[in-house]
Amino acid sequence: MLTPATIVIAILLLTAAAYRIGVRRSLSVAGGAQAIRVLHSRPPYYGVLTALWCALPALLVLALWQALAGGVITHLVKADLPPEMRALSPAQFSLVINDIKNIINGDVPPDRVSPAIQTAAEHYRRLQQISHLAAAAVVLSLAILGLALVRGRIHTGLRARNHVEQLVRWLLAACSTVAIFTTIGIVLSVLYEALRFFKAVPVLDFLFGLEWSPQMAIRADQVGSSGAFGAVPVLAGTVLISAIAMAVAVPIGLMAAIYMSEYAGKKFRAVAKPLMEILAGIPTVVYGFFAALVVAPFIRGIGQALGLDVSSESALAAGLVMGIMIIPFVSSLSDDMINAVPQSLRDGALGLGATRSETIKQVVLPAALPGIVGGVLLAVSRAIGETMIVVMAAGLTANMTLNPFKAVTTVTVQIVTLLVGDQEFDSPKTLAAFALGLLLFAITLGLNIIALKVVRKYKEQYE
Amino acid sequence: MSRSIDIVQRGLKRRYRAERRFQRLGLAAIVVSLIFLALLFASIVHRGHGALFQTHIQLNVFFDPQILTETDLNAADYSRLVKEALYAMFPAVSGRNEKRNLSGLVSSGAAYQLRDMVLGNRAIIGTHQEIWVPADDDVDMIYKGALARDSGRLSKDQLAWVDQLHSQKKIEKQFNTAFFRSGDSREPELAGIWGAACGSFFTLLVTLALAFPLGVATAVYLEEFAPKNSWTDLIEVNINNLAAVPSIVFGLLGLAVFLNAFGLPRSAPLVGGLVLALMTLPTIIIASRAALQSVPPSIRDAALGVGASRMQMILHHVLPLALPGMLTGTIIGMARALGETAPLLMIGMVAFIVDIPHGFTDPAAVLPVQIYLWADSPERAFVERTAAATLVLLLFLIAMNGAAVVLRKKFERRW
Repeated sequence: MLTPATIVIAILLLTAAAYRIGVRRSLSVAGGAQAIRVLHSRPPYYGVLTALWCALPALLVLALWQALAGGVITHLVKADLPPEMRALSPAQFSLVINDIKNIINGDVPPDRVSPAIQTAAEHYRRLQQISHLAAAAVVLSLAILGLALVRGRIHTGLRARNHVEQLVRWLLAACSTVAIFTTIGIVLSVLYEALRFFKAVPVLDFLFGLEWSPQMAIRADQVGSSGAFGAVPVLAGTVLISAIAMAVAVPIGLMAAIYMSEYAGKKFRAVAKPLMEILAGIPTVVYGFFAALVVAPFIRGIGQALGLDVSSESALAAGLVMGIMIIPFVSSLSDDMINAVPQSLRDGALGLGATRSETIKQVVLPAALPGIVGGVLLAVSRAIGETMIVVMAAGLTANMTLNPFKAVTTVTVQIVTLLVGDQEFDSPKTLAAFALGLLLFAITLGLNIIALKVVRKYKEQYE
Repeated sequence: MSRSIDIVQRGLKRRYRAERRFQRLGLAAIVVSLIFLALLFASIVHRGHGALFQTHIQLNVFFDPQILTETDLNAADYSRLVKEALYAMFPAVSGRNEKRNLSGLVSSGAAYQLRDMVLGNRAIIGTHQEIWVPADDDVDMIYKGALARDSGRLSKDQLAWVDQLHSQKKIEKQFNTAFFRSGDSREPELAGIWGAACGSFFTLLVTLALAFPLGVATAVYLEEFAPKNSWTDLIEVNINNLAAVPSIVFGLLGLAVFLNAFGLPRSAPLVGGLVLALMTLPTIIIASRAALQSVPPSIRDAALGVGASRMQMILHHVLPLALPGMLTGTIIGMARALGETAPLLMIGMVAFIVDIPHGFTDPAAVLPVQIYLWADSPERAFVERTAAATLVLLLFLIAMNGAAVVLRKKFERRW
């Protein structure tokens, strides 16, 4: 059976052969191993050049083929299906295609489906084989062609090293564009589904609506669930939890950073700093488990002892644990900023007779403030985007409240609950997750850009 | 008329007090965060250590040839063997309800254990065997003392039976091999983390295979070759922003692009690895660039001076010197990827998967997702297993970060 994997292996074998052929050829044009000084480059470069020209075009074409073949085959199979099947809606048609693919993969015994689909599957399988065969023929001949072309052009004056280096340079440059493609991919994918959502729900209703209940009625006569997609309550919950987290993380993180950089001795730092960093390395799902299992019942218990009505999924529990998670983030950023303040400022203040705490409070902190603010903004964006803690410890219903003992929901929780489980990609319920994702992306992006600008500007001040 | 020194002296006590207060506040901040850390570890160890042991019950099973007819050994009624063995141990038990309660002491996994024994060695048919089988999760919890006896999970009869087994030494805690060897299960006593561990392994393999070469290549290009123009600025801004994009957004990307547009399989380590690779790429790029920057210019100058080309200088001299730093960054990125959950929820890695994955396209769970799934389960015994799985995950992370520290220490060079 000719699969893409075997084609790739064949190409790799050819490439290895191409390397040897290139080396041999260069030696033979030079006239033996003793005379390689007449070559422009050392023999391995001729080998690598041959190998690159053998492998790269072939692999590129193969990748393109793989990306396009599926669509073409589906189209051809569709054209051969009975007319009543071709008339199906796109969603139903994709089910038919799924059936066909399941039969081909052997996941479903053929006698489970209608004869029309069986013949279609047979057709699909045949086309797939033809496609594989054609791909193998085209790609392998391309590889051999590349090999032969370079081999024919090898002569003593061929600047093989320069060619190889140029090719590698292009490869490196291509790799560096992945970051851009990722960003484009994120923006386009989220935007595309979000725009589909905004066709069903107007943008303004989404941004300024005060009610969030994404359950849609399946039948028209069902009660109470018409679906409301106002993002304000969800955002309010996000802000509440993030605010609690920052109320925990900023004072503790900042004071920890001040102590570390201004007071702590070398030994203390050597022990305490890595320990603090462990907090940053703990997976968020572990924090979520901790919040749901330990912190939430604890807070609930205290609340009951004080006669307060505390929800078991209180915003306080989620926010508190999220704050703990962010402490090392705030403290390491503040540490950097405090260390960037020039020693001369401290010496000046101390020389005037200020105590150390006065120096810190009145000289160092004001000088470092812009940088610290930038760091805090980065921390806020992290708190807003944090998912697992709130998924496990915060609630699902959107409440507009400032009461930290109540359950609130967040943007990330809603994305997860809307997308985990059964999805239909034509209901606003699923698409709403992408609209929320767009919102999340936009907010965190904005915060990050501002924060990075502030930090960079501040750093330049003292450099 | 007081001299200024007097004014200073008068305030000095207060100022020193403020100084001490401030210093204590700073120390308190560190202590508080370390207490949180200790609390977190203590609570997880406290809850998780129990899962290392599982209560087993010893049964004297008669492999009845009349039940195990040779024609279809796979589908034989093995649970009847278990029940008969229990009834034989407690001959006084009669009545349907009582009998059902009695057989409820033993896990439903016992039947599979017997089946595997028979399929492995047919000669045992017709013989009596003393076999330790896992107890049901409620029995397990109460026997371990994790649940109170009067919690209502076991009836009075069942408690009496457990006590009788205890006095006969036919019930005991044994090392929980199932937890480390099996996949997920609806029954806590049968659920294990091996499936999730394999899933994590395959996922991380994809991530590493993609993110490391791409990250190093990008770093080399940006640091060594890229001209200073708006295009490279754009790339740099992108990398910095990607490093701060919430991980769940990468999950949305994976769902929309890899699953819906490319039609890759759901719940597969391949897709999970792709998403995590995009997520860890910025970390690796940033670490690799720092590593490249730390190679002193004298090395470069020396290489160029003896006639190396730029590419030769980088490949033969700069890259080998920067590699430990790059590897350290990569390990830290991998550790983050290992603990990441949210984007994997988006691409369907939350399915309930019993089978151990054997490849990159088999449906799989990963360790953190397994923790998330178990944390959602209502059974008391799953709390213990969640904590134990968390411990395993943390051990892996500590090992990885430790490796990074060792690597850094070993290869760190002061130029």
